[in-house]
Formats: sequence, C-alpha cells, structure tokens
Amino acid sequence: MSNTKFILGCFDDPDDMMKGIDNLQKASVPIYDIYTPMPIHGIEDKMGVKDSRLGYAAFCFGCLGATVIFSIVYYTLVHDWPMNIGGKPSFAIPNFVPFTFEWTILFTAFGMTFTYFAATHLFPGRAPRVMDLRATDDRFVIAVSAKGNVPHEDITNLLKDAGAVEVKHNERKYVSYE
Amino acid sequence: MKTHNSIDERFEFAGNAKTISLVAIVIGVIAIAFGFIAGGDHVQRAYSNLLLMSYFFVGVCTAGVFFCAYQYVAQAGWSASFIRIPQAFAKVLPVASVILLLVITAGLLHTHKVIEHGKEEVVPYLYAHWATHGLVIPGSENFDPIIYGKRGFLNIPFFYTVLVLMLGSYSFFGLKMVKFSTDEDTTGGMSNYDKSFKYACIFLVIFGFTFPIFAFGVIMSLEAHWFSTMFGWYNLAAMHVSGLALIALIMIYVQKKGYFTWLHIDHLHSIGKMIFGFSIFWTYVWFAQFFLTWYANMPEESVYFYIRWEPEYKFWFWLNIVMNFLAPLLLLMSRDAKRVTNRMMWTCILLIAGHWLDYYLMVMPGTVKEHRGFGVEEIGIFLGFAGLFTFLVLNALAKFNSLVPKKHPFLQESLHHHI
Repeated sequence: MSNTKFILGCFDDPDDMMKGIDNLQKASVPIYDIYTPMPIHGIEDKMGVKDSRLGYAAFCFGCLGATVIFSIVYYTLVHDWPMNIGGKPSFAIPNFVPFTFEWTILFTAFGMTFTYFAATHLFPGRAPRVMDLRATDDRFVIAVSAKGNVPHEDITNLLKDAGAVEVKHNERKYVSYE
Repeated sequence: MKTHNSIDERFEFAGNAKTISLVAIVIGVIAIAFGFIAGGDHVQRAYSNLLLMSYFFVGVCTAGVFFCAYQYVAQAGWSASFIRIPQAFAKVLPVASVILLLVITAGLLHTHKVIEHGKEEVVPYLYAHWATHGLVIPGSENFDPIIYGKRGFLNIPFFYTVLVLMLGSYSFFGLKMVKFSTDEDTTGGMSNYDKSFKYACIFLVIFGFTFPIFAFGVIMSLEAHWFSTMFGWYNLAAMHVSGLALIALIMIYVQKKGYFTWLHIDHLHSIGKMIFGFSIFWTYVWFAQFFLTWYANMPEESVYFYIRWEPEYKFWFWLNIVMNFLAPLLLLMSRDAKRVTNRMMWTCILLIAGHWLDYYLMVMPGTVKEHRGFGVEEIGIFLGFAGLFTFLVLNALAKFNSLVPKKHPFLQESLHHHI
C-alpha cells in the first residue's frame, strides 16, 4: 500500500485539462478539485459546483448592520436623550435613512470580506497553502484523492491520455509557500 | 439547443406587433382628440400628458444612445450581440425630438384664460409659470420678481436654442454611432470601432453636462419658482432605468419571435443587474432630493413636496416609491430571479409603468394641479406613444441588414458571454 494521498495531473493547456476531466468522469473517478491560474468559463457546471452562498451571507450582514445602527440611534437619540434638532420630531424616519443605508453597506462589505477570508483560509498573516506551486503560474491541475481511488496506475493513464505533462503522486496534501 | 446561428438574419416586422402598435397609435390620436374636444380641464390634461409622454419618448431613445456610448467607452464586449436594439432606439431619437418640439411649441402658442389671484389672465397651456406675457416686464401687473431673476434661462429664444442644440446633438451622435456600426459590417477592421469610441467619448461629455439642463428646461420649469440641482440626475436615473427596461423587453420579445437565437439568459441577467442597480440609484437620488428639502424646510423649496402631499397626490407619491424601489428591490435582488425570463418581463413592465407615474408626479401638480385625473387622456396617450415607440423601433430594427454587428471586434466575447 503506497502512501500517496493525492494524484495531481498537471496540464499546460486548459483544453487538455477539460479532456482530463471528461476522462476521469467517464471512468467514474471522483475529482477532488481543480486549480487553474485563470478563471475558466463553464468549469463550475462541468464539475457540478454549487452556486456560491456568499450572497446570503451578504444579505445577513446587511440586515445586521441596519439593525445595529438603527438600535443605537434609536436608543441614544429617541429613547435615552431626545434632542430638538431643527424642530423635527425625535423619531422621524427620513433622518434614519442615511446612516441605516451606510451601515448596511459597511457591514455587507466587511462581512463579505471576512467570510471570503474565512472560507478560503486567506486571512492576513497566514501563509497560503496550495497543492501545486505552478497552479498559480502556468499549470492547470486536476487533483484526485488517492484514498479509495485505486488502482493509481489507471488514474495516471487517464490523465496521461488526456495530455497531462506531468502526473504527481503526492504524500502530503499541501505544499506551502513558507 | 441550436448550435449554429445565422448572423446574416434580418428582423421582419409584421403580424400582431404591427397591428397592435398601429391600433395603439389610433387610440392615442383619439384620446388627444377627445381631450381637445371635451374642452375645459381636459385640454390642459391632454397637453400635460402629451408633454409627459413625448419627454418619456425622447428619454428612452436617448437612453439607447447613452447605452451604446458607454458600452463603447467601457470597451464592453458582452453587449455587442444585441447592440442593434439600442441602436434602433438611437435611430428613432430624431423623430421623438421633433414630436417633443412640436408639443412644446403648441403648448406655448395655445393660450387660454384663467382666473388667478382674483384677476383674469391669458396663459399658455404649457410653461404658464414663466411664459405668460408680462411676467418679466417691470411695472406690468403680472410682474414676478423671481421669474425676472431667471429670465436669462427662462425665455423662449434661449429655451428653443438650447433644446434644439441638445436634441440635435444627441440625435447626431446616435445616428453617427449607428452608421459606424453598419459600415463596420461591410468594411471590417478597427477603424469604425475606433471612430465609435471617439464619438462615444465626446457624446458622453456633452450629454453629461447638458442632460440636467434639458430636464430643468422641459420639466422642472413647469414650476418655475422652484428649483433643485438634483433634478437632472434624478431624471437621468429615471430615463436610464426605463430605457434599460425597454431594451430588456424588446430582447425578450424578439427572442420569443425566434430572432436573436444567440442571446441567452446571461445577457438578460446582465441587463437585469443594471436595471436593479439603477433602480437603487434612482431611489438614492429621489431620496436625496426629498431629504434635503425636508430637512432644510425652507418654504420656497418645500412647496414642491407640499403640493405632492395633498390628498389627490399623496397615494401616488407613495406608490411611486413602491413601484420604482421596493418592487425591483424585492423582485430582482437574487441571482436566480434575474435569470427567469417571465419575471424579468413583468418587472420591466412594472418599472415602465412606475416611471410613467414618476413623470406624472413631476408634470401634473405643476400643470393640472388639483384637477388631476386618470382616465381617457392618461391611458390613451400612453398607449399612443407606446404604440408609436414600438412601431418605430421595430421598424428601425427591421431595416438593419443583419441583426448582429458581424465584424464587431468583441462579437465573440458577447456570443460566449457567461456569468
């Protein structure tokens, strides 16, 4: 039993990589993930990647921001210490629109940034980990989990047939920039 | 799914659309005739609705030129495969401009007697607030110092010169961009695209600076004592949203008729995003104008909202926000919502009705005042202009030799648009 954890098929052409995906899918080999140096249209559909849920997170953060500032201003300027500003009533809705709008945007923007960092493990101070260093440069990489996907030779051949320039059998999941 | 598209395809304008649009034009003419024959307040209502609809008509056609121009300036690729639709709007703009000028001329020349401040005055049907005789003559019994102060802008020679220059230049740039695009089909190469880019840049500068003046002159001067510097941007947002909604509607219509087979849901989704975004922008400007007036609470400014807060307008004032802000916000917010053709179609129809109401609230309180109505003139003249617009735009679309700019440098990007 080998210690291989991941099999990486490295391609130098995205079309060959797409063929590699087809080969693996025809042979019913589950694909762990794909790493490419640039976005490739239509690859989400091919891989069956679900739609991003970032929009729902954005909506929740927006609602949170609106609620927070509305509560603060309501408490301070209406409930706790009402002030006469230009003879307007303390609780006049038009007054509440600008800052509620602004905090909705503020919380949405920051919330989405932090959600993105958390989901991608990219927060500042952390060295990014990748499965193949050249996937950010000039290689299109298909990663297949080696555990349970045997024989490894067949997977290697499927990738080679599609035009992989190199097939790696890695014993560690990630290489690090550290 | 069809994989092969004929890019030499031409649009044939016939059948139901042609019959219905011609019937709608006839209904419009009958409604105008009804207004003039019925007399009394109906004449004023007919003029107000004519002004409203011809302004709306010019607005959406200008939005077509505007759309083409910023697509060129941004070097956008996604829109290339349906750019003929906004180009058809641009081809109709000269006609729309002439109609607006005719309506304004008739409204200024046609006068009637009203009792104001206990005395009888002869005022024109349109722009009575500043075009009535004697308003700017010191010593006249009609003398109005506020209008006197604005006489440099609000006088008929200046008004006409500016209007003709602005509408003429918008039409000129629109037609030029259409011409470069059709020339490109035969000659190919980059020279026509580069010229479009240059003309689009010049147009956007002219348009950006003059559109507010256009809105000030045609609509804001109906209530000439009042002014708002945000009015121009507010109108720009309104006409842009309605223009985009009409582009989307025509896209949906021609696709249902079996043309533009290369367009897919991603194109509609992109337009949907713009409609959503600019509806929010419209709300932002609308609210900014309202909020500053409300906060400062100066009588000469708040009078504008005061008359729109009277019982006969209050309901419509609120409905305006519901139709133009809440409806697109709730109907188009999610990604999936913009990718359902029928939902997009109904939202666009709702927005066009909404922006009609928006213009209604700009025009009517200053012209028909408390004799507001919603009847033969409003519905009939709206239908008439809707029919005229449909007829002229689809006719212009049918005149293109091919429905796609065959040699547009970004055509492939548009055909493979994917988001």
